Amino acid sequence: MLNQSRPITMAVLAMGGEGGGVLADWCIDIAEHSGYWAQTTSVPGVAQRTGATIYYLEFFADDQSNKEPILSTMPTPGEVDIVIASELMEAGRAVFRGFVTPETTTFIASTNRVYSMTEKTAMGDGRVSSEELLSACEAAAKKFISGDFAEVADKSGTVISASLFGALAGSGALPFSKDQFASAIERSGVGVKNSLIAFEKSFEIAQNSLKPKPNPVSISIGAKPADAPTANLGLTPAQELEILNNPNGAVGSKLQGLASRIKSDYPSAVTLMTISGIKRTADYQDADYAKVYLDRLEAVKECDSVFGDGTYRTLNEVARYTALWMTYEDTIRVADLKTRRTRFNRVNDEARVGDNQIMQVREFLHPMAEEIADTLPTFLGGWIIKTKPVTNFINKLTINGMRLHTTSLHGYFLLYILARLKFIRRRSLRFNLEQERIDQWLTKILAVMPENYDLAYEIAESANVIKGYGDTHKNGWRNFTSLMSEVDKLRESKDSTAATRISTLRSAALSDETGEKLRALL
Amino acid sequence: MAERSFAAEVEKLRVGAGAEFAGEGILAVTKALLQSGVSYVGGYQGAPISHLMDVLGDAHEILEELGIHFENSASEATAAAMLAASVHYPLRGAVTFKSTVGTNVASDALANLSSGGVTGGALIIVGEDYGEGSSIMQERSHAFAMKSQIWLMDPRPNLTAIVDSVDLGFRLSEASNTPVMLELRLRSCHIHGKFIAKDNVRPSFTLKDAIENPRQDPARVVLPPASFAHEQEKLNVRWPAAVKFIKENKINEVINDGAQDFGIILQGGLYNTVIRALQLLGLSDVYGNSKIPLYILNVTYPIIDDEVIEFAKSKRAVLLVEEGQPDYIEQNLHAVLRRADVPTKLFGKEMLPPAGEYTPAHVIKGITEFIKKYGPELLDQNALPAVVRPNGDKPTSLETRIAPEKVHGRPPSFCTGCPERPIFTALKLAERETGKHHISADIGCHLFSILPPFNIGATTMGYGLGSAGASAFQSIETDKQVISFMGDGGFWHNGLTSGIGNAVFNQSDGLTVIVDNAYSAATGGQDILSSQADNELRSTKHPIEAAVRGIGVKWVKTITNTYKVSEMRETFKSALTGSVKGPKIIVAQSECTLNRMRREKPAMAKKIKEGKRVVKERFGIDPDTCTGDHSCIRINGCPSLTIAPNPDPMRKDPVATILNTCVGCGLCGEAAHAAVLCPSFYRTEVITNPSIWDKAKLAIRSAVIGFLQNGIERRLVGIQPNA
Repeated sequence: MLNQSRPITMAVLAMGGEGGGVLADWCIDIAEHSGYWAQTTSVPGVAQRTGATIYYLEFFADDQSNKEPILSTMPTPGEVDIVIASELMEAGRAVFRGFVTPETTTFIASTNRVYSMTEKTAMGDGRVSSEELLSACEAAAKKFISGDFAEVADKSGTVISASLFGALAGSGALPFSKDQFASAIERSGVGVKNSLIAFEKSFEIAQNSLKPKPNPVSISIGAKPADAPTANLGLTPAQELEILNNPNGAVGSKLQGLASRIKSDYPSAVTLMTISGIKRTADYQDADYAKVYLDRLEAVKECDSVFGDGTYRTLNEVARYTALWMTYEDTIRVADLKTRRTRFNRVNDEARVGDNQIMQVREFLHPMAEEIADTLPTFLGGWIIKTKPVTNFINKLTINGMRLHTTSLHGYFLLYILARLKFIRRRSLRFNLEQERIDQWLTKILAVMPENYDLAYEIAESANVIKGYGDTHKNGWRNFTSLMSEVDKLRESKDSTAATRISTLRSAALSDETGEKLRALL
Repeated sequence: MAERSFAAEVEKLRVGAGAEFAGEGILAVTKALLQSGVSYVGGYQGAPISHLMDVLGDAHEILEELGIHFENSASEATAAAMLAASVHYPLRGAVTFKSTVGTNVASDALANLSSGGVTGGALIIVGEDYGEGSSIMQERSHAFAMKSQIWLMDPRPNLTAIVDSVDLGFRLSEASNTPVMLELRLRSCHIHGKFIAKDNVRPSFTLKDAIENPRQDPARVVLPPASFAHEQEKLNVRWPAAVKFIKENKINEVINDGAQDFGIILQGGLYNTVIRALQLLGLSDVYGNSKIPLYILNVTYPIIDDEVIEFAKSKRAVLLVEEGQPDYIEQNLHAVLRRADVPTKLFGKEMLPPAGEYTPAHVIKGITEFIKKYGPELLDQNALPAVVRPNGDKPTSLETRIAPEKVHGRPPSFCTGCPERPIFTALKLAERETGKHHISADIGCHLFSILPPFNIGATTMGYGLGSAGASAFQSIETDKQVISFMGDGGFWHNGLTSGIGNAVFNQSDGLTVIVDNAYSAATGGQDILSSQADNELRSTKHPIEAAVRGIGVKWVKTITNTYKVSEMRETFKSALTGSVKGPKIIVAQSECTLNRMRREKPAMAKKIKEGKRVVKERFGIDPDTCTGDHSCIRINGCPSLTIAPNPDPMRKDPVATILNTCVGCGLCGEAAHAAVLCPSFYRTEVITNPSIWDKAKLAIRSAVIGFLQNGIERRLVGIQPNA
């Protein structure tokens, strides 16, 4: 009869530079100190530069025969006792590769996301749903331990290897005591104090997540999916309810009248969005501008109540994009936002300014002739745009961009004065252009809604392709006009798949910078 | 090595006889070399053998004590040629490089070396970069061993076995006057384990003895008629000597022969995987006590015909577990068995994958198929491992639980703060004006440009061959030029002559960008000729510009700060649109940030501790002015520049954001300017231990700005509810 004892197997999926090697070394250290045979291998190759990498470890209890066991250098799908993933998509990869199995695996996954290049470079929202990844992980594991171990590490002033090590200790998946784990950190001698703090916290997270739960605990992992219905304004259900019950309580004195209008005239499905909309437009210009905003929605509301499906989803999106469009980012707005106290505080927090530290901020601004002309009164702005020598002269002056020291007096004054130019905005070149464009867009929605509600919704959503500054904004506008002329064509041919077609084109417009994919589809 | 110390590893090299040595595989090989009385060591760095070079580079005291010469060879060809020292003299020498790329470069010298044969043991330690984690084309070193008749050892992935094979390799080389190649797979190099050490040995015949007593023998030089004699000698003298040595020393192992009437033949390097497969099938214990007879080829070339025949003839069938293609060993075994008229069936690639790495899953499947055919009663159908469990038998644990498109590939990319990234940002911007160019890439970190978001680079033909790879693109019918890239590592390896010299001589028109980051960075940050650091053992600070001017290039521009995107872009434009004919060189020079941080982080921490004024920069993005179009990411690709959920409740798309890992390299700001992106980028400067002047300025600014901010808030009253 053969000796049936098997080694304990463990795979660590990490990205280069996260300390996966340190974690593996600690594990080897405890094992060897506890009389185990231990082996680790990795295939770092070029992966030390942010690529995905796997460390594979095996432990085998010394049975006193002192004979060396034969340990594997590679994981076998279905036979991995412990899998640790330092990030949620890497956790998904562990599941995908079959390392995590419901009969065998204790699975420790950090829920933080390090977005892939594909997710990052999308023009819109290219993120893979965290919920989907998380539920796949949970379904695949025998025991599943999750938590934002990157955040734990960050708050403790150390790196994720320390918190994952704590979670491993807390999981009880290795036959070593908590003290044995901790002493491996102590022996390593580097950043011991902070590593132990992260170790402790993560140990607890792991222990708690192994306790039987009376109710399924919802795990907060940051972003909600972008396509969630209703307003999805990042509020808690309690906050949402409060605004729904009392819209007036969500706004200040200048907007009470508009809030009352929303409460009495508008369906509750759009309350959250419209309340945000009036606040945004008022913040951008003034309370009158907020009134203009709500007046714009009036006709769409009437139309949606007649031709809609009762969800008011088109009205909701119109409320969203009208507000965003009306608060387009001109130099005045940018200066306004950059000079506020809330912004200063945010930047301070982000830079983690501590005691005996001072922070300075420099902006990287690059105003071009067009942007300057946009802000000026229509006649002056128009003249600059038309008069090439003037345009060229301004561009020459600004070609190298400016670095403005916002925390200095002269820098702050400059931005402050620019922000105070709000009073000329209503007469500026861009303002009039954008109001015209908004109204054309709304007119089209109103015209289409009676014939094809879904298409009207798509037209509303299409406003999302217009974004960015400079060339990006120009490309966005060009894509938008292409979409709108396609809408016209589809209406003429009475195409029943019009909405689907526009939806596809909309995604194409957001998939690259140049509009290449959109042109290919057109 | 300028910015990393291997002092801890060097200490391990001093471990004496009887003591336990614990560490990585490649470090064990380093120790084994010292134990076996080696006289000289050379090599070219590259994964997975860089560590051997790096540690020896720091171990000069030990090397001096033992009378060993160590050098960082200019290329693998240089390293292989170094073994010439073992031709006439009883000197043991070892060289190391990554294979097969290094072996490709070295093959001229290796062929000459093997033709004439050696007197002292000559060992070529190749890091077989094959399978998962590999960064090169998937080929086998086996072919080089066969073509030049170099014996090939493939030890078990176990430190004791690896260390023993170094000693055996030297002795085999001396016994058969033939160089020996020691093949270490990626994982074997990075494996952590232990072995019992021996004392380091000072060679009895030293380099000094050789230098002072020179020998010459035309019979050892590759020139007719000696070259014809070499071929005969290889087959008639050296081969039988090797076979004799391998048999006498029982380098290949036979386990539990006679237990079954079938068996498995395997490469030594796959031993652990095969044992694991057998264990999971219930056919072995964890100590390798296999129920199935095994013949383990710790030497995979030459094949010992007698041993094969002996193992096979008593069996109905044998399965050969041979990784990689072509199936050299399988073909060899078929020939051996056929010639000896042995009727035993031989299975190999028909039961195992014909190509690719032999993972446990593949090996389990192959062995299961074999056993099912010849000994099905040995398998417990109810206890099969998951990968071969029949579907429906019990809840299969390997069903797909996640769609492949949810798990994006995560290839390596430029580090945060990498000075090479702005070069490609600038080129992307220049191409907006000059149109797209054919771009020939090279080997090095800069090759990450071929991946998103840059997608720059059409081909790569080998280390230092970026410029040579563009040499066909010469046509009098167009003014458009092609661009090639080359790293400083590749430049000194061979690019100076193969690329730049070639372009000068052939009067080629075109632009070559030499990325000079002051290190051989992709292989671990080793110093090279143009490195900027002082190195007491090596001569550095030889400028690339001087070298290319010396070889005859007229148009050379050195950019000393690659982060200046606008300047880089304008330089590209002037090279690509100017009227100057002939080769044009841009030396794009900024220090590798990974190595710079290794030096500067501790220095900064020290200054802060001493109470000195220190300014730390990082970048940020205002989420309220970011519109979520991510244009900045598409021309940058920095790991610290990423996306985050939009804090603006009305916007759906994630905003761009900068993580705390930002090192403040400045590319974000430069790119925002050069590409006229958006006004959301800002740079923060956090001053630690500020001066009195800093504090005074802050007091005045806070008072004035605070006053104005009160005004702003007053004007916004009435929008938000009262708190």
